[in-house]
Amino acid sequence: MISVENLSKRYGRHQAVDDVSFRCEPGTVTGFLGPNGAGKSTTLRMLCGLTPPTAGRASVGGRAYRDLPNPGREVGVLLDASAQHAGRTGREALAVAAQTMGLDRREVGAKLDLVGLDAAAARRRVRAYSLGMRQRLGLALALLGDPRVLILDEPANGLDPEGIFWMRGLLRDFADRGGTVLLSSHLLREVEAVADRLVVIGGGRIVAQGDKAELLAGGGTLVRARDTGALRRALDAAGLGAREATDGLVVRADSEAVGQAAADAGVVLTELRPDDGGLEQLFLSLTAAESSKEAGK
Amino acid sequence: MTTTTAPTAPAVAPEHRPGVRRPSLLRLTAVELRKLSDTRAGLWLLITIGLVTAVIVTLQLIYADAADQTFASFFVPSLLPVGVLLPVLGILSITAEWSQRTALVTYALVPRRERVVVAKLVAVVLAALASVLASLTVAAAGTLIAGATGGAGRWEFDEALLLNAVVFQVANVLMGAGFGLLLLNTPLAIVTYLLLPTVWSVVGELVPALRGPAGWLDTGRTMEPLFSSSLAGEQWARLGVSLLVWLAVPVAAGLVRTLRREVA
Repeated sequence: MISVENLSKRYGRHQAVDDVSFRCEPGTVTGFLGPNGAGKSTTLRMLCGLTPPTAGRASVGGRAYRDLPNPGREVGVLLDASAQHAGRTGREALAVAAQTMGLDRREVGAKLDLVGLDAAAARRRVRAYSLGMRQRLGLALALLGDPRVLILDEPANGLDPEGIFWMRGLLRDFADRGGTVLLSSHLLREVEAVADRLVVIGGGRIVAQGDKAELLAGGGTLVRARDTGALRRALDAAGLGAREATDGLVVRADSEAVGQAAADAGVVLTELRPDDGGLEQLFLSLTAAESSKEAGK
Repeated sequence: MTTTTAPTAPAVAPEHRPGVRRPSLLRLTAVELRKLSDTRAGLWLLITIGLVTAVIVTLQLIYADAADQTFASFFVPSLLPVGVLLPVLGILSITAEWSQRTALVTYALVPRRERVVVAKLVAVVLAALASVLASLTVAAAGTLIAGATGGAGRWEFDEALLLNAVVFQVANVLMGAGFGLLLLNTPLAIVTYLLLPTVWSVVGELVPALRGPAGWLDTGRTMEPLFSSSLAGEQWARLGVSLLVWLAVPVAAGLVRTLRREVA
C-alpha cells in the first residue's frame, strides 16, 4: 500500500511538485501519467526517500520509506535503468544487491531467468547492455527481494513491443496476487493496457485521478462515417445528440444505439468505439502546454 | 533475450513479513569490500597497489648497497607510493556511487545513508591495513632473497615503524575518503586531493608568516617523522592537528553533505 499526502517539492523558484496526494491499494496497478518534466520522477524519488520533500509526506505499507528496516524486501524500486555501474556484470549488480538484502545467492539466477537475461547476458558488463536489457536488469533488481510493492519509473522505455507486452503480463500477475504496483509513463496508451487506476500529473499538480474505467468511459461513443453530414442527420433522426470531436463525432449513447441509427439510415461507418472521456485530449493539452513552454525557453 | 513463456511474477510477500531485519554493519562492510574489487578499475587499483611494493623491493635488491638490504629498509620505501594510491581508493569508493549513479540503488536499499558511509570507511581502512600486510610480506620476501644473494638480509625492525606505517596508510585512505565525501565527484576530488597539499607546502615555504602554522597543518611535514622512528609527544600533536584539519573535518562535513544530498 502506497500513500502520498500533500507532497510538494520546490527548487528555488521552480515548483516541481505541488501538493500531490494519491493512494495505491494492494491488488491494483496504478498508472502515474504525465508529460516529461511534469514531476513524476521527483514524486517517486520523494516516495523512496531519495529526495527530501519541501512539504508533505509519503509512506509505503504505513511507514515512511526511511523507516523500513530492509526496504528491498518490501518495496521493489526501479527509478532509472541506466543507474548501474558500467563496469559490473549484470549478475554482479544483482549479487551486490542480494548480499545487501541478505538474500540467498540462488535468487540472483532465478530473477535473471524471470526477466529473460540468459547466462551469456548476465556475464556481460552493463556497459555493453542495450537500454532494453538494462530495463530487464532493473526489473530483476526490483523483484529480487520478493517485495509486495513495486515502484517503477518509465519501465517500458527502451523495451521492444514484445518486451512491453511481457512486462504488462508480469505486472498484472503481480497485482493479481495481491501486490501493489505504481508505474509512471509519459504515454497514455502504454499504461492504459495494464493499469486499474490512473493518476495524471501536469506542471507538478494532479489534474485527474480515478479508476481507469471511469476516466476513460465517461464520454460516450466516438463514431466516424464516410459522409459526416449524413451521419449527423441519421443521429438527429434517432434523437441522439452529437458533438464534434477532433477525429469524429462523440455521441452520448452506447455503441449499439449509434450503430443502429446509422444502419437505419444506410450510413457507412468507418469507426465506432467508446470515447476515452477526453482523457487523451486532456493529456495532449498538457503535453502541448509543456512543449510550448520548452519552446519558449 | 526474448521470453516467450507466459510471464509469472514471483510470490508477493505478506503484508507484515516476519524476520525482515535491517542489514548489519558487518554485512554492509562486506558489500563495500566486494564493491572495491568487482569492477576492472577497482581490481586493477588493488593489483597496482600490490605490484608497486613488489617493484620497489625488486629495484632495491638490484641496485641498493648490500648493507642496506635489511627488512626495515625494504619495508619503509614501499609505504610512500602505496600511500599515494590508497587515497585514490578512498576517493573512488565514495565518488563512484555518484559518477556511476549507483547511489540511486544503494540508498534505495539502505535509506539510512550514514550506515553505508560508515561501512565504506571501515572497508577502506581494512584495505589500508591489508596494504601494510602486503608491504610486510614483500619486505620479508626481499629480506630472504637478499640473505641468499649476498645482501645483508638482516631482520632488524623497530616495532614503532609498524604502528607508524598503520597510522600513515589509514590516515591516507581516510583523507581520500573525506575528500570524496565532501566533493562527491571523482576527478574533482582526486585533483583537489593531490594539488592542495602541494600548494600548501609551496605557500607555507614562501610566506614567512605561514611557516609556523605549516609545521602543524602541512601533512607532508607532520607525517615525515613516521618514516624514521617512534614519534615524540609534540610530533604526535602536530600530526593530530594536521589530521584534524585534513581528515576529520572533510569526513564530518562530507557526511553531512552526503546525508542531505538529493539522489538523482
